[in-house]
Amino acid sequence: MSKMQLTCPMPKLDFDVITLGHGSGGVLTHKLLDAGVFDLLHNDHLSQQHDGAILDLNGRSAFTTDSFVVNPIFFPGGNIGELAVYGTVNDLAMCGAIPKFLSLGFILEEGLRMEEFWEVLVSIKAACERAGVQVVTGDTKVVDKGKGDKMFINTSGVGTVMAKADISISNVKPGDKVIVSDELARHGIAIMSVREGLEFESDIESDTKDLSQIVRKAIEQFGNDIHITRDATRGGVATVLKEIAEKSELGMDLDYNQVPITEGVQGACEMLGLDPMYVANEGVFVSVVSSAIADEYVELLRSDDASRKATIIGTITEDHPKQVIMTSAIGGKRVLSMLPGEQLPRIC
Amino acid sequence: MKYLSEYRDPELVSQYLEEIKRTVTKPWTIMEVCGGQTHSLVKNGLLELLPDEITMVHGPGCPVCVTPLNLIDKAVYLAEEKKVILCSFGDMLRVPGSEKSLLEAKANGADIRILYSPLEAVKIAKENPDRQVVFFAVGFETTAPANALSVLHAKRAGLKNYSILASHVLVPPAIAALMSDPDTVVQGFLAAGHVCTIMGLEEYYPLVDQYQIPIVITGFEPVDLLQGILMTVKQLEKGESKLENQYTRMVSEEGNVNAKRTIHDVFDVTDRMWRGLDVIPKSGYQVKEDLSLYDANVKFEVTIDEAPEHAECIAGDIMKGLKKPIHCAQFGKKCKPSNPLGAPMVSSEGACAAYYHYSGETELVEA
Repeated sequence: MSKMQLTCPMPKLDFDVITLGHGSGGVLTHKLLDAGVFDLLHNDHLSQQHDGAILDLNGRSAFTTDSFVVNPIFFPGGNIGELAVYGTVNDLAMCGAIPKFLSLGFILEEGLRMEEFWEVLVSIKAACERAGVQVVTGDTKVVDKGKGDKMFINTSGVGTVMAKADISISNVKPGDKVIVSDELARHGIAIMSVREGLEFESDIESDTKDLSQIVRKAIEQFGNDIHITRDATRGGVATVLKEIAEKSELGMDLDYNQVPITEGVQGACEMLGLDPMYVANEGVFVSVVSSAIADEYVELLRSDDASRKATIIGTITEDHPKQVIMTSAIGGKRVLSMLPGEQLPRIC
Repeated sequence: MKYLSEYRDPELVSQYLEEIKRTVTKPWTIMEVCGGQTHSLVKNGLLELLPDEITMVHGPGCPVCVTPLNLIDKAVYLAEEKKVILCSFGDMLRVPGSEKSLLEAKANGADIRILYSPLEAVKIAKENPDRQVVFFAVGFETTAPANALSVLHAKRAGLKNYSILASHVLVPPAIAALMSDPDTVVQGFLAAGHVCTIMGLEEYYPLVDQYQIPIVITGFEPVDLLQGILMTVKQLEKGESKLENQYTRMVSEEGNVNAKRTIHDVFDVTDRMWRGLDVIPKSGYQVKEDLSLYDANVKFEVTIDEAPEHAECIAGDIMKGLKKPIHCAQFGKKCKPSNPLGAPMVSSEGACAAYYHYSGETELVEA
């Protein structure tokens, strides 16, 4: 990311903080957008500067939206900008779509430093390039100081669904394998380590990253043998698994010993009293695939930097429908339910 | 992970289970005092691995669960009406007060902040000299030293805007109260390892003598718990009642002397209301009179009456070991973590929450 910043110096501006006027739609808004956003994120659609973008999409399309309110906006391993790109791109990828176009809506808090805004923009540009998407339309609003945590971002995205993709809960069958693509819980712990009042020293970084390239490769190779792909963001892997079990009306047997978790994350979770199965990820997806291709599927995932630690963690079963049962590290059994509310660190 | 993986070793676990099975000849009811132990037992699936003869009942060692309703109401009042910055450990926030929880007060605009250490609250007081900052000092002996230290730090820094709302409770008087109850079913205790890390062993000798029960100071990992259970069962089978220490890697005879001194510099022992259990004599800490500047109870002179518990909540019976969460008619029905009737369903150490999260409502815990 630092390399990008060298090639994208902040333009010379006659202001260094965002004021309410930058959201007025008038001269200041144009100054902000012309000097920054349009040049930096340049493409044919965006440079029309029209009220909306006119797109040419063939065949089945996927459409999604997501809002990003992370606090703080800069965190170990990333910032709100790339998170906003990858979050929406990954949601499209999970539908079996190739992400194409994004909208980008900013709600800025009065007083935000222009340098910070620029740093976020630059990482949005880099993330778009990596994921192969274009920002084609957008919006900027400014709210009074105290009414927002520096910056909120909303992105919507459209993509074209791959012909080979057949991702649907109704395809999940007994015997299918359950796979997680990478080590769990790094985003949630990274955010917590820098949150006011909870700071602790750690080298744990957010796992925010593009998942669309690897999912695309996997669908090209395995087509309808991939039954479900789901981004395990808020609520963590456990919540996604429980949802799959409930909606498919099938059960799931998991082995905790197989679940990939780094020692650092495990340690931080012990300290905070959190269960890594419920902590948020921004670069981990869960797949349910035919058992016949499961090993090859994992091999393909492991060949890509986005999913080096892909592992089979369980199997779909007809027993105990709608229940996810996990064998603990010592051989006991426990049930996984959905995260009931916000995860709160414990007393002692 | 060093000091953790050794105590989660499946091989050792099965060896201890085997030895417990070989040792036990008749039914025994053992209480683990601490909510952390309850969660470890349920999360690791240990309850179903133990032989049928052994019944584990879950004690009152969940600080969030036993914090009286009126203290939560008081904290809400200070945040909403007195406009203080109310700082709290995370898992206190969801616990229902008589009208609302701190989380609901926060949603209504009260300035409530989740902290991991009370010393952070002192920092907030320094940074906000024009606001009153109150730390909701909840917990057993384990969190008392850090809470006491925050008072001493505030005093040293000359802060006039920092105080604590102390709701500290103590384990030994609770064990005594449970054993004095004629209905008690408890025949042996796993005492709380972390509490004894601070306090040492001395307060526990009189308990084994007076009530003729085995007490084993026990840790929190699967191997710790099984070893603690084995030590207790061996005593029960032989008809012994001794104090033993399973958690020797953390707990010494005298405890943490510096931490104890800090506690005694700041707190006096007082009678304390335990949510679900009633008032237990000399079972809590309050801020010493000469430090009353740092006692939110004195500083704000709030009197709020003790409100009645939800009529359908059986938290008291659960914490006395008389009932299990699954014996509650409302468990998983009207009472869920998202809509709790009582504190044990919300706290990360509450017995009801442990059963709800890890046992799939009821199916797996019937044994």
